[in-house]
Amino acid sequence: MKGLVARRRNPIVASMLLLVALVGVGGVYAVASTAAPAEAVATSDQTAIDEGKRLYLEGCSSCHGLDSQGTSNGPTLIGVGAAAVHFQVSTGRMPMAGPGAQAPAKPVDYTENEIAQMAAYIASLGPGPAIPTAEQLDYSNADVAEGGVLFRINCAQCHQAAGGGGALTDGKHAPSLMTATPQEIYEAMLTGPQNMPVFGDGTLQVEDKQAIIAYIMDLQEAPSPGGMALGRIGPVAEGLFLWAGVMAAFVGLAVWIGIRAR
Amino acid sequence: MSDVTTRDSANTPDHGHGHGDVPADDLARPLYRGPGGLPAADMPHRPRRSDTDPKAARRAERQVAGLFLLSMLMVVLFIVAYVAIDPFTDIYVPLFGEIGFQNFALGLTFGLGVFCIGAGAIQWAKKLMPDVEVVQERHSLASTPREDVEAAEQYERGKEESGFAQYKLIRRTLIAALALFPIPLVVMLRDLWSPKNGGFGPESPVELLSTTAWVEGMPIVTDGTYVKIRPEDVPVGGLVSALPENIMEIQEEEHSLNARAKAAIILVRMEPDEIRAQQGDGWDYQGILAYSKICTHVGCPIALYEHRTHHLLCPCHQSTFDLADAGNVIFGPAARRMPQLPIGVNEEGFLVATAPFAEPVGPSFWERG
Repeated sequence: MKGLVARRRNPIVASMLLLVALVGVGGVYAVASTAAPAEAVATSDQTAIDEGKRLYLEGCSSCHGLDSQGTSNGPTLIGVGAAAVHFQVSTGRMPMAGPGAQAPAKPVDYTENEIAQMAAYIASLGPGPAIPTAEQLDYSNADVAEGGVLFRINCAQCHQAAGGGGALTDGKHAPSLMTATPQEIYEAMLTGPQNMPVFGDGTLQVEDKQAIIAYIMDLQEAPSPGGMALGRIGPVAEGLFLWAGVMAAFVGLAVWIGIRAR
Repeated sequence: MSDVTTRDSANTPDHGHGHGDVPADDLARPLYRGPGGLPAADMPHRPRRSDTDPKAARRAERQVAGLFLLSMLMVVLFIVAYVAIDPFTDIYVPLFGEIGFQNFALGLTFGLGVFCIGAGAIQWAKKLMPDVEVVQERHSLASTPREDVEAAEQYERGKEESGFAQYKLIRRTLIAALALFPIPLVVMLRDLWSPKNGGFGPESPVELLSTTAWVEGMPIVTDGTYVKIRPEDVPVGGLVSALPENIMEIQEEEHSLNARAKAAIILVRMEPDEIRAQQGDGWDYQGILAYSKICTHVGCPIALYEHRTHHLLCPCHQSTFDLADAGNVIFGPAARRMPQLPIGVNEEGFLVATAPFAEPVGPSFWERG
């Protein structure tokens, strides 16, 4: 205790206190700002569309334009369909926090009901992919092995073989799929959010998409007995990572052994 | 260690030479002389706290013993973890994420068990074992004159007895044989360049990579599910990994994946007015473009297509191709553009190749940078 009192004027103490305070404020904000989950889905069509239009003008029109034709800041939303709206807004990617290479997933700003209303409005502007039905999302009979083959052909190039995500050009990235829901995966394949290409139903049919979803769900559920999965990038890369870390620890130990005792 | 000389005379075995009595022959010099086996260094000695303060010495003793006790405790905990923890339970550990509880406990206890023995030993050596500044001397690496003479004598005797100087024929044929034997290693490098006009040997890389399974009218099928593709199946912004229709038959005939590796393509679709240039006039079909999937740098399969920028990125070395601009390289080590496959539709309305690839696919090689 005496040592503690003597050390309180140490310059490190000020920065430590600052760090604790910052982490505390950030933590409180993160807990307080978590959005409340949704209740029911949209009501009758026309009221939903009207309400969706109001929400659109409020939250989206500054970038996508008052008539949804798009501006220099955002693409047109005519014909993107309800699936695109649901994917972008329900993962928090839209509205964007600020201009940048990519809109990352973040806490959601709208309730499920509001999202459904906006989706109804955008869908009323032009034909586009609809929100997938429960039947389309049912992957219980899908072939996981087939899904793995299709995943490696169509998805692994950007999202990595085990769905850990990866880098693209100019600061863009393919996100990790480890927290994606079947609906989000289906909608992403259908609509091609941001720089992801569209994987249409013609070339990747409904059962193929279900197989891919089954494979990703299998990856998500797979246990990680060793911990620190590192996106499951593979034994060589993991070994190299571990080797580098252990070597650094060995250098530290060697320094300790060599230091003169006081 | 205030009294170096006492320890010296008490602990150091005598190796047959007294101090300061260095014999002329370097090899015969004693390696072990002073305290701790080495001579004391000519520098002031700074005592440690545990040397001067008996309390500090006892504290160090307790620390060392504590570490050894901790090691024993860890061994006990290891056995407890092995017996008591369900091997299929996962826990969340900060920094490690989800991890098998038993794995984590076994690794942690065994690792700490071993570590504490080592750390205790080091603490013991640092705080309590003798602390003296010593000089480690190194003897000269040069041979003694006697060894030089002996080596020269042996060489001369060898020359004499083998008759190397005497048998001129043997000497010359041996030198010639040694000069010739590396030649086969050099001759085999011939495989690397091509016998252009007939000749024997392997096919040249130019021929190998210029001929793929794509021929005029070959239907395009999806990779993985092998279904034929209609233009309306590829939406704007879409990406399809594709192969020639007959790829499975070729694979069965050749018992290899070489044909697949060369013929893999991607189809992308953009608005026709977004296409700034192509490798041939009208090689697209209503904005659908077909490009090889194999990077022209070292041949990685690539399909990292960004549908807003139309960039195709190779994950191996970050070569980037602009598919809206004839597949030209815009970044990275690739030395040539991505080959484009001209496509159209057949009478049934399916996408087909309208001609083979016009340039070799796959990695670069020296006939073609």
